[in-house]
Amino acid sequence: MLIRKAADIRSSEITSKDSYLNRREFIQNGAIAGGSLLTAAPAFGALVPTERREKLVDVGTSDFSTSEAINAFEDITTYNNYYEFGTRKDEPYRNAEDFEPHPWTIEVTGHAEKTGTFHLEDFVKPYALEERIYRMRCVEAWSMVIPWVGIPLADVIKYFQPTSNAKFVRFETLEDGQRMPGQRFRVLRWPYREGLTIAEATNPLAILAVGLYGEVLPNQNGAPIRLVVPWKYGFKGIKGIVKMSFVEKQPKTSWELAAPSEYGFYANVNPEVDHPRWSQARERRIGSGLFAPKQPTLMFNGYGEHVAHLYAGLNLRRNF
Amino acid sequence: MNPISQIRFIWKPLVFALCLIPVTLVFTDAFEITGRLGANPIEEIQDRFGYWGLRFVLITLSVTPLRHITGRNWVTRFRRMLGLFAFFYILMHFLTWLILDQSLLPSAIKEDIFERPFITIGFTAFLILIAMASTSTNAMRRRLGRRWQKIHYGVYVVGFLGVWHYWWQVKMDVSDPLIYALMLALLLAYRIWWRYRHNRQISVAGSPASSQ
Repeated sequence: MLIRKAADIRSSEITSKDSYLNRREFIQNGAIAGGSLLTAAPAFGALVPTERREKLVDVGTSDFSTSEAINAFEDITTYNNYYEFGTRKDEPYRNAEDFEPHPWTIEVTGHAEKTGTFHLEDFVKPYALEERIYRMRCVEAWSMVIPWVGIPLADVIKYFQPTSNAKFVRFETLEDGQRMPGQRFRVLRWPYREGLTIAEATNPLAILAVGLYGEVLPNQNGAPIRLVVPWKYGFKGIKGIVKMSFVEKQPKTSWELAAPSEYGFYANVNPEVDHPRWSQARERRIGSGLFAPKQPTLMFNGYGEHVAHLYAGLNLRRNF
Repeated sequence: MNPISQIRFIWKPLVFALCLIPVTLVFTDAFEITGRLGANPIEEIQDRFGYWGLRFVLITLSVTPLRHITGRNWVTRFRRMLGLFAFFYILMHFLTWLILDQSLLPSAIKEDIFERPFITIGFTAFLILIAMASTSTNAMRRRLGRRWQKIHYGVYVVGFLGVWHYWWQVKMDVSDPLIYALMLALLLAYRIWWRYRHNRQISVAGSPASSQ
């Protein structure tokens, strides 16, 4: 197993003893689950229970996980940007409480051999669940460390066999003003839409998350299925996905449509390219306490060794 | 007790105590006695002080219209205190930014003030408030004479810059800053209307027709 060097901040600096101990227990559980995955039949595939906060079973571990201190479940689930449920940070967890993400279908369209509409259960079943503990850097200059559970997006892409015309993958969130009260206001162009190049989407870091903290993904975090691309700003991680299209042209994303001078298609974490209104050089790690200074933001959020090659020759200042 | 001492010894301390509630709640929430500051306490503290600073600017600007409408002149006796509370909350907002958000880092502070327009705007409003707060005593008022009024007209600039500062730092949903902008516009529009009416009354009163 690859042993990772501790990243930019010592966990002792930002974690209480309690949560640190819980974290070890948590990782141990993960390891047990991972072990059972080897003995049990992986052919069984990923299963996503429909009950809230139900434990996910057969969750493997990943070398991509960071060893940094994980943020508290409460922080991850009460401080969210999910405008479908309101624009304030505490609105998603309040307003998404009654949201029912089952049954759920995902439509796959465009330049691929296999297309169609799939039940969530069938969509995720061919793959094995993995825990990925990733840094999440929001474009608003704060960050968290989040233990996602998901399936590698690359495997999903391969399964649908995109043709040579498929240069990009476009994602869409559910559009339903009845169930998503924030959509009654045209703050953004609904449905929320995002996109990746095929090369980005098949990068091993990219996952579709269905869980958090070893449990079913909470509504406010994008239940039942969301994108996680940890080298990009958080808004690229589209939530509540109902549609995935293989397209030839670079799709327009919701934030790009809303403010093209502030949010680009790539949205790679980059401390050298500031947001027009604020600096991206440093970030506040949520949970680090009232008197902790901000920490330096890392290029590609510290995932450069896995993704920098995707952007060789690309002007990142222009393609922000 | 005569009405003036009643205001001085009963009503003023009472309003003073009320004005301290928001700052008290920040501290009691920080220790989780009355509530919580949430996942990002620094942002929460900074936002709360900012909101209250702006609210007190608007409350202070409401004193004159309130006097006109109710005809009760004693309301102006609270104006200086309310204005000083606006200064106090903006000062706390500034200190939160300086100490907690920027950790007193000179390079980051300089960059924020000179390179982020919304912070430049907010900082300018703060400087005007310092000028107003430091000249708010009776002695200063007497000493400055006519210039005093000029300095204190700065409150309109502060209100305008404050709303702009808030508007510009919001990511997308401007519905909240819009409410503040509308309230400010209403308070300014009232003054324009009042002045217009006042001038007309004077000219009507001074016209030959009315002197007959």
